[in-house]
Amino acid sequence: MRYKFLTATFAATVAALNFAGPAAATDLEVTHWWTSGGEAAAVAELAKAFDATGNHWVDGAIAGSGGTARPIMISRITGGDPMGATQFNHGRQAEELVQAGLMRDLTDIATKGKWTEVVRPKSLLDSCTIDGKIYCVPVNIHSWQWLWLSSEAFQKAGVPMPKDWNEFVAAAPALEKAGIIPLAVGGQPWQASGAFDVLLAAVGGTDAFLNVYKDKDAKFAAGPEIAKVFKAADDARKMAKNTNVQDWNQATNLVITGKAGGQIMGDWAQGEFQVAGKTAGKDYNCLPGLGLNEVIATGGDAFYFPLLKDADKSKAQEVLAETLLDPKTQVAFNLKKGSLPVRGDVDLNTANDCMKKGLAILAKGAVIPWTDQLLSQDSQKQKEDLFSEFFAKPDMTLEDAQKRFADIIASAD
Amino acid sequence: MSNSERPNQLFRNLNAKIASIPMILTALVVFVGGTAWTVLYSFTNSKLLPRLNFVGLDQYHRLWSTSRWLVSIENLLIYGAISLVFSLVIGFLLAALLDQKIRFEDTFRTIFLYPFALSFIVTGLVWQWLLNPDFGVQRVVRDLGWTSFSFDPLYDSSIVIYGISIAALWQGTGLIMCLMLAGLRGIDEDIWKAARVDGIPAWKTYLFIIIPMMRPVFITTLVIIAAGIVKVYDLVVAQTSGGPGIASEVPAKYVYDYMFFAQNLGQGFAASTMMLLSVVIVIVPWAYLEFGGKKHG
Repeated sequence: MRYKFLTATFAATVAALNFAGPAAATDLEVTHWWTSGGEAAAVAELAKAFDATGNHWVDGAIAGSGGTARPIMISRITGGDPMGATQFNHGRQAEELVQAGLMRDLTDIATKGKWTEVVRPKSLLDSCTIDGKIYCVPVNIHSWQWLWLSSEAFQKAGVPMPKDWNEFVAAAPALEKAGIIPLAVGGQPWQASGAFDVLLAAVGGTDAFLNVYKDKDAKFAAGPEIAKVFKAADDARKMAKNTNVQDWNQATNLVITGKAGGQIMGDWAQGEFQVAGKTAGKDYNCLPGLGLNEVIATGGDAFYFPLLKDADKSKAQEVLAETLLDPKTQVAFNLKKGSLPVRGDVDLNTANDCMKKGLAILAKGAVIPWTDQLLSQDSQKQKEDLFSEFFAKPDMTLEDAQKRFADIIASAD
Repeated sequence: MSNSERPNQLFRNLNAKIASIPMILTALVVFVGGTAWTVLYSFTNSKLLPRLNFVGLDQYHRLWSTSRWLVSIENLLIYGAISLVFSLVIGFLLAALLDQKIRFEDTFRTIFLYPFALSFIVTGLVWQWLLNPDFGVQRVVRDLGWTSFSFDPLYDSSIVIYGISIAALWQGTGLIMCLMLAGLRGIDEDIWKAARVDGIPAWKTYLFIIIPMMRPVFITTLVIIAAGIVKVYDLVVAQTSGGPGIASEVPAKYVYDYMFFAQNLGQGFAASTMMLLSVVIVIVPWAYLEFGGKKHG
């Protein structure tokens, strides 16, 4: 009896092995950190499209945020156990991996697919390009420059919905009187740092933003124009002082439930409003560029392909790279993700009001590169340390903060 | 030894020597080698990948002018002082009380030791909830009627490190108590009897007779506590992630953040070298006193 059972098990194992063996399509492991509800749904679209090409998408989701996932991905690549493809924010996160020759050059595929013509705005592909060669496939555009406002909170406070940042600051006392936190800023360091960058682009203007982060002009960063931005950041700090939450989506939830007036957050926050069943323009409102300077930064996500020895897998990488930029995949993925597609020639009729605002700004070409593209991770981290301290410590003076900011810019790379 | 010729020293206890080769190699390659490698690369400008491009003391210069590092050091000192003093005092008191031949000793011992079975991550999460003003202690007391009661250490930059210390003490004191109890049980009954005959009060017996006799136990305890202090990381991550702002950052977290999040290995190595240096500064004089003195005595 036992003998029979063992034989059966053995036979089943052999059968299973055969099945998974040469007959099946190439498995390609793809790592990413898209794990929240809307994100997972968006990834499923990518997987579906890739599976339809006869290959098999092996999902390697890493929970936590990019900060948790990136060290894992990097150590797998540098440790000699590379995955088939991996997500990074396009920009400088994978720069050194490329320079060390660990990443695959995609220039041939890009030329074949005429990426330089279809990808819009052009700066996206530029940040995938190192020494004239293309190393990544941008899949979406995520912009940080949004102020999300709760209709319920403003109704309760009896003040009209503000049209820009200045009106919002003016409305803050009324909100506070009604027991509402004017501005929700979660405790994670990147939120404070990102909010400042948004203020810099909105209050200081596009030129100021580029002077500081692109040209790394420390003298300008210590000057009067940036002092204005710090004044605005001080307003934000005062308005946010009662936010006792950590994660960004908890902060967004304060806005959704009307406990907070608004939040400066990227367009990924929109997914949270959608999941909560809120309608753009009615239950909540969005102000790109804080209503002051309507620009969109072209940060976002991209896929990088580590150099593999296996010929089959390398072939599958090519297929995946093409699939990611396919117009149909782009639409399906970005509608679920709440981000903007990287191609200008796709149809997004089903997009909601806020996404349409974003598309219109994109069509006008009012785009700026984002800090992920301009600064190294090291400078980004120093900036996060500074602004998380600034937002949490009401007695930190503006002069002191600005001086330290200028120091970071002076040593930035 | 009947043979008049002296055997070669190298081949004495050959089996034991062969058996310990793997451990010796591990110690040399992993510990000493890894340490030397880290110190060497802390003088380079390595970013994501280690590169031998020397920049002298630049990394250290930057480290000591970074306010986050200075805050981390300050926090470590406060946290260290609190956990050292309080876990020793509370641990010893609990042990002394348990040693009074009380009833249900086993039950109490188990209760006190239970928190130690939890990892720092779980401890941190539990205390994050307990100290959360909207759900924890503050809320409970306010619901009882004291509406102006305020207790939210984790959201106040100036006292957040004490909030973390509370959790650490809750978790670690049980173990210290057990070590102390074992030490107390190791003291001969006759000592107590002799002290009682001489009419020495109990507290004096503890202070001047028992505690000096427990010196080896105290040293072991001290080493365990000190190691726990320097490497504290997960508790902070679970409780506050270093917040509010950077008010509860610790050195180990700085090392990790700069090595992996900021992709700046050089800076992380410089910070970990400083951590090693601080341990060495504490250990070397102690080891000298402890082992150097024995040769003469």
